[in-house]
Amino acid sequence: MSMRRARNAPFALMLVLGLGAANAADAPRFGQPIGPADLAAWDISIGPDGAGLPPGGGTPAQGAEVYAKYACALCHGDKGAGGPSGPLVGGGPLSGGDRPPAKLIGNYWPYATTVFDFTRRAMPWQQPKTLTDDEVYAVTAYILALNKIIGENDVMNAQTLPKVKMPNRDGFVSKYPEKY
Amino acid sequence: MNKRNKQGTQSLPLEPVAGNGLLDRRALLGRGIVFAGAMSSGVGTALTGAAAEPLEVGPWSLGPGVPVPPYGQPSKFEQKVVRTLTNPKLEPRGSAARTPHHLLNGTITPNGLHFVIARGGQTEIDPDKHRLVIHGLVKQPMVYTLDALHRYPMVSRISFVECGGNSAPVYSKEPIQADVQALHGLCSCAEWTGVKLSTLLEETGVDPKAKWFIAEGADLPTMNRSIPLAKAMDDAMIALYQNGERINPSNGYPMRLLLPGYEGNMNVKWLRRIKLVEAPVMAINETKQYTILRPDGKAWQFFFPQEVKSFITHPSPGLNMKAPGYYEISGLAYSGNGPIGKVEVSADGGKSWAPAALQAPVLSKAFTRFRMPWNWDGGPATLQSRATDEAGNVQPTRAAFLAERGEPKATPPVIAFTMEHFNAIASWGVDGKGEVRHVYA
Repeated sequence: MSMRRARNAPFALMLVLGLGAANAADAPRFGQPIGPADLAAWDISIGPDGAGLPPGGGTPAQGAEVYAKYACALCHGDKGAGGPSGPLVGGGPLSGGDRPPAKLIGNYWPYATTVFDFTRRAMPWQQPKTLTDDEVYAVTAYILALNKIIGENDVMNAQTLPKVKMPNRDGFVSKYPEKY
Repeated sequence: MNKRNKQGTQSLPLEPVAGNGLLDRRALLGRGIVFAGAMSSGVGTALTGAAAEPLEVGPWSLGPGVPVPPYGQPSKFEQKVVRTLTNPKLEPRGSAARTPHHLLNGTITPNGLHFVIARGGQTEIDPDKHRLVIHGLVKQPMVYTLDALHRYPMVSRISFVECGGNSAPVYSKEPIQADVQALHGLCSCAEWTGVKLSTLLEETGVDPKAKWFIAEGADLPTMNRSIPLAKAMDDAMIALYQNGERINPSNGYPMRLLLPGYEGNMNVKWLRRIKLVEAPVMAINETKQYTILRPDGKAWQFFFPQEVKSFITHPSPGLNMKAPGYYEISGLAYSGNGPIGKVEVSADGGKSWAPAALQAPVLSKAFTRFRMPWNWDGGPATLQSRATDEAGNVQPTRAAFLAERGEPKATPPVIAFTMEHFNAIASWGVDGKGEVRHVYA
């Protein structure tokens, strides 16, 4: 609304009377429109159905090279066996036992897409967002293969990754199913 | 038995209203305090005490002080009142900073003492270069500068924020001996000011297919969470100010998402992006983290509101009592489902309860300070508080909580997270010497 309009008493009165209040067209507008191409660098969301996965791909063998190149073992141990930041492999049954179960990728995570997503946005911790998409696919494949969830020669890409059935895929229930 | 004092108001006979010396909360209303029958028994002597030393004129009265600083800091005598840090050298893992509730009073957490969980340290953002984008299932994706956000109608509200893992150490096989800061320090309360998210969504328009939105930070892990769109239309806020000043860097400067009452992790700090979507994105923090493994091996997901809870801050472990007599039991109560309705206190481990006074104002989804007068007779006592919110949700006993979640299998380090959304009643045991310890009762 321009200053000129604001001084227009009848027009302002119409707004006050509600002709504008419920109309989005009259809401304050100080945002700048942006198109998909200009927000692409930030639009990194990946759905469990694979929506948002980028082109590219990688194998477990290529992922082992990525794991070595970025010294992932410093935090996660040799072959993901565990270090200061916890293991990427293993994980026992989620019930029974006399110790609290560890919630790891192989025994707990419901979606393989989350492995790709978190690695791409947050790893390596000292230089996040520096891996190429091929490198993220490859190291994701490496971790899934270490957990025996995929085969040694399986290629992970936008088509195959969402189809990976994680062992605990059906292990979650909504706390308030009537709401969410 | 009631006596009239010189002002003509009525003094209350402070007979116990529940076991182990709990007194009527009306004693806190500023009327005279008279222990019924106490003068003959000697129990009330702590009210008057021994004669004071002669007064001296302090050196601070004999000359000027120091220049008033541009930004005031707490007294140099209060240097112990700080957050405790789990990762002070910023090793490659998350960091937690806990609020020292046992050293504070009232309901507002000072900005420098607000709790923090950060995966990538305190993110330092240039506000002029920061942007907030809203896109996805909207009619027109929009980008906002900080200056642009300041032109929208603003709202303020006082709201607590609590980490989903707060109080996790109380879920342990043995009671961990630690203070309130270590046990319950991952919750805080502040006045937040900013723009309602619904105001911005009016501008972008919403595609009817949208049911959720993803909120994402600009920090190292670009932390992201999926949130029901209904919360955006209800009370979600793009918060720009914390207790009157710009949000502290450790709590999300220059902007954070505030979802009153919802799990702290969803209140995304350093907010940069909101994307409207049809279904949850299944981020790491809504699958691996912030899900609760049940005894049967299934896990609860989407456990959003922080349930009704209270804990006693005074006395509490480490704040020992010196001599029998009058004390004020005080603590904090809150519920992610609305205002607190009542808080009851027990001094005999839950055998008998009496209602505590609630400090006004009692606000929805905010800390409420409760106070309870207590005449400690010098014997063993077990202090508990039990909150009920206006919706009727009652803080569970430890036994009821464990019946639902399972018996704890270990006593891990105090900074471990072996349970989420722990809201059971905690107990402080007072022994005959006045030492206060964390106990299970």
